[in-house]
Parts: sequence; structure tokens; C-alpha cells
Amino acid sequence: MQFILALIMGAFIGGAAGYIGTLMLSKKMALVAGPLGHLTLPGIALALIYGFDVSLGALPFVIFGIILIWLFEIRTKLPMEALTAVVFASGVAITFLFLPEEKTVPALIGDISQISLIETVISVILALIVFFTTRKIFSKMILTSVSEDLAKVQGMDVKKYNLIYLTCIALIVALGVRVVGGLMTAALVAIPACTSRNLSKNLFQYSYGGMILGSLSCILGILVFEFTGISAGPLIIMTSTLFFLISLIFKR
Amino acid sequence: MRIPKEILKVKNLNVKLNGEEIIKDLNFEVREREVLVILGPNGAGKTTLLRTLLGLLPYTGEISWSKKDISYLPPQELFQRKDLSPLSIEEFFKFKKVSSEQILKILKEVGLDSSILKKKFGTLSTGQFQRMIIAWALVDEPSVLLFDEPTSGIDIGGQETIYSLLHKFWEERDLTILLVTHDLNIVWEHANNALCLNKKKLCYGKPKKILTPKNLEKIYGTGIKFYKHAHR
Repeated sequence: MQFILALIMGAFIGGAAGYIGTLMLSKKMALVAGPLGHLTLPGIALALIYGFDVSLGALPFVIFGIILIWLFEIRTKLPMEALTAVVFASGVAITFLFLPEEKTVPALIGDISQISLIETVISVILALIVFFTTRKIFSKMILTSVSEDLAKVQGMDVKKYNLIYLTCIALIVALGVRVVGGLMTAALVAIPACTSRNLSKNLFQYSYGGMILGSLSCILGILVFEFTGISAGPLIIMTSTLFFLISLIFKR
Repeated sequence: MRIPKEILKVKNLNVKLNGEEIIKDLNFEVREREVLVILGPNGAGKTTLLRTLLGLLPYTGEISWSKKDISYLPPQELFQRKDLSPLSIEEFFKFKKVSSEQILKILKEVGLDSSILKKKFGTLSTGQFQRMIIAWALVDEPSVLLFDEPTSGIDIGGQETIYSLLHKFWEERDLTILLVTHDLNIVWEHANNALCLNKKKLCYGKPKKILTPKNLEKIYGTGIKFYKHAHR
């Protein structure tokens, strides 16, 4: 039963992450999920110590982190990526001040061996929300990467769309840390998107390719975990990397 | 003769960006089917003016449009063409919510083959891209087109094609065009009115009246000579 739940959860979270990852790559933000994932570590640590849901612990921290970066940017005008470094490194440091050693590995690389039905259902619903919301904003967000002025003239409220987009990223990071831990969330969104970009000729193939590859990597990673007992997080990422290497042969 | 309807009225327009005054106390109007060319040296505020007219920048003063269906083409350098996602031309057109028939019709009108629809956005040549982008701007049949430096980076043969295409659409449709350009030939050949800008209005009116050597010197500084073609 645990195995089936893990497969379902992995397939949905991996798919949604792969899908939004293609948009993040288009906006040159694929790596952002990395620091944001690290930011969730204090939340994951608290969840592991007090025994509540990992994603629930992660979400407030990632939102807090995004707000902090946003405020620092307004105050200092320093580049966003430098401020992200400041905030995420602090997040990691704080985590290791109080995280017991035995909880370190699950916090860093994820653990889906102990999940309940209700956690699975909630994760699937949230992954679906991320997917459908991203699908709704996808084409307009792509238009902003061609030309923000054109998007605005087409009547797009760029600030509103950015807020929706960032919220989706926060959600997917919080969901992703459960599957691959706080250390590797960037890989969950970035690798399927890169692979899909190598293989696709248009936006449709690219975005849905990212989704399928993300989902498939999680399913295969979890399957191998079931038979070998090696942690699922690294296996998922390795599977995803393997797909990327294969895509190099067929690059269009 | 019927006086064409007013499309745009600009009154006491001031634009400040980061504390710097970019446009100062500007007044002009544009009427239906007019081609207004906005002239001026680099940094004169031409692009800022177009972007302000579109509501993309904060301003004081009055900008009133009597039409809402306005299309805009930013200068080439403001388009991200490389390192873009695999966006096909067909998908780019679909951002506008138009039918396939409308897309095919306009492509034909700008002299592009329908096979271009399957190509990736970043793989078009500069000339193809410019025709495609004109088609994109006009596919939903806007009343007004704002076009910023349409021919930057295009060779002379290509430039002529772009302007003759614009002229064709202007003749066939009830199109009003506001055009930013450096090219004085275009002003003589296509403009009903010209607005010379260097932060403030330097001259405004019919090209034949206002583009005197004295005014040109005022716009561009000394050393500018312009030979008007005798064959027109």
C-alpha cells in the first residue's frame, strides 16, 4: 500500500514539477527552485522532529523566504540571485543548529517510505492545482519572455501573473521536498525541462514533454527504490539525468 | 471635404523616469488614417513616447484614445528571439486568439509561406522575422499601429519591403500609423505629419513645411544634409 501511495504521489508531484519547470526554464529561473528548496529545510526539520507533514512544514518557510528576498531587493537593490544566496544559506545554517543527526538525511534527500493516504490525496490535489494554474498562465508568461511590452499591450497584468507564478513555484517546492528532499528540488523542475527542450519543436511538445518526463522519472525512481532499498530521491534525480543524457543523442 | 475623426489627443504630456525628464510638455493629435512619423536623435524620447501612449509608463498630462484596438511593435532589440523556449510561429500567432484562416490570409499578404508556421520563433532570418511580426501585429485587424524602428538591422532591400508592406496595409485598411524612424526618406514618402522630438517638441506638421534644413539642424545638430528626391 505504501508503495502504491508513493508511486501516485511521485507521479503527480513529478509531473507538475516537470510542467512548471518548463516555464521556469523559459523565464531563466530553473535554478531558483534549488535555493528555495534549501530554504524549506528548517520547516522540514521541524516537521521531522515534531512528526507533522513535511510539505506543511516546508510551505511557510518557502513563502517567508520569497517575501524576505523580495523585501531585501526593494531595500538594497542588490541582484535577486545574490539575495537568494544570502537567504538560503541562512536557512541551511539555521536547520543544522537544531536538526538531530538522524533526521539529516531524510531532510536533505527526502523520504517517501512513510506516507499516509490523506497526505497522498492532499499532495495530488495540490499538484493538480499547480498544473492547471500553470497551464492557465503559461502562454501569457511565455509572451512576456518574448517581450513584456507586447504582453502588457495584449492586456496582461504582469504583476498579477508573476504573483500567481511565484505562488505555484512555492507550492511545487513544498511538494517536491517530500519526494527528493530540500537538497535536490531544482533537479526536479530543471532536468525534465532541459530534456524536453532538447527533444521538442514547439511549446506544446516542450511543456507536456516536461510533464511526462518529470512523472516518469519519479515513477521509475520509486520502482527502483522498492526493489533496491536505496533512497528514492537520488534515484529519481538519477533517472531524470539518464533521460537528459539520452536526449542529447536526439537533440533537435 | 470631411475632416477625419480624431484618434489620439495628447495634451501637456510630461514623462519623468528615475527623476530624469524624458518628455516635456508635449501636445499633438492624430487623426484617422494618418501616418505620423516621430523623428529625433538617439535618446530623444521617441520609444518612451510610444510606450507612454500605450500606458506602459507613468506620465502627467492627458492622453486620450478614441480607439481601443491598438497594436504595437517594439524595436527589434526589445524582442527576445534567441535562447527562447521552442515556440513555434503558429503558437506565437495563437497568443492573439485568431483563427487559422486569419493567420494564413495575413501570412500570404506579407508574402510568407504557410510552412513558416511550423518553424521555431528563434530560427527565422531577420527579414522573415520582420514580415512575420508585421503579420502578427495586423492579424486581428487593429485600427491603430504603433511601430518603433521597424527596419533597424535590416538591409536596404529589406527596408523597402517593410515600408511598402506597411504602405499597402495602410491603403487597404483604415489604418492609422504612428511610426518611429531615423529614415528621412520614409517621412517624405509616407508621412502625413511629422513630429520632431528632442525631449520637447521641436517641430510638428506637414513634412514639406517643417523639415527645413534649419529644423533638421535643430533636431540632429549641425552637419545634417538631406537631399530630397526629385522624382516624386
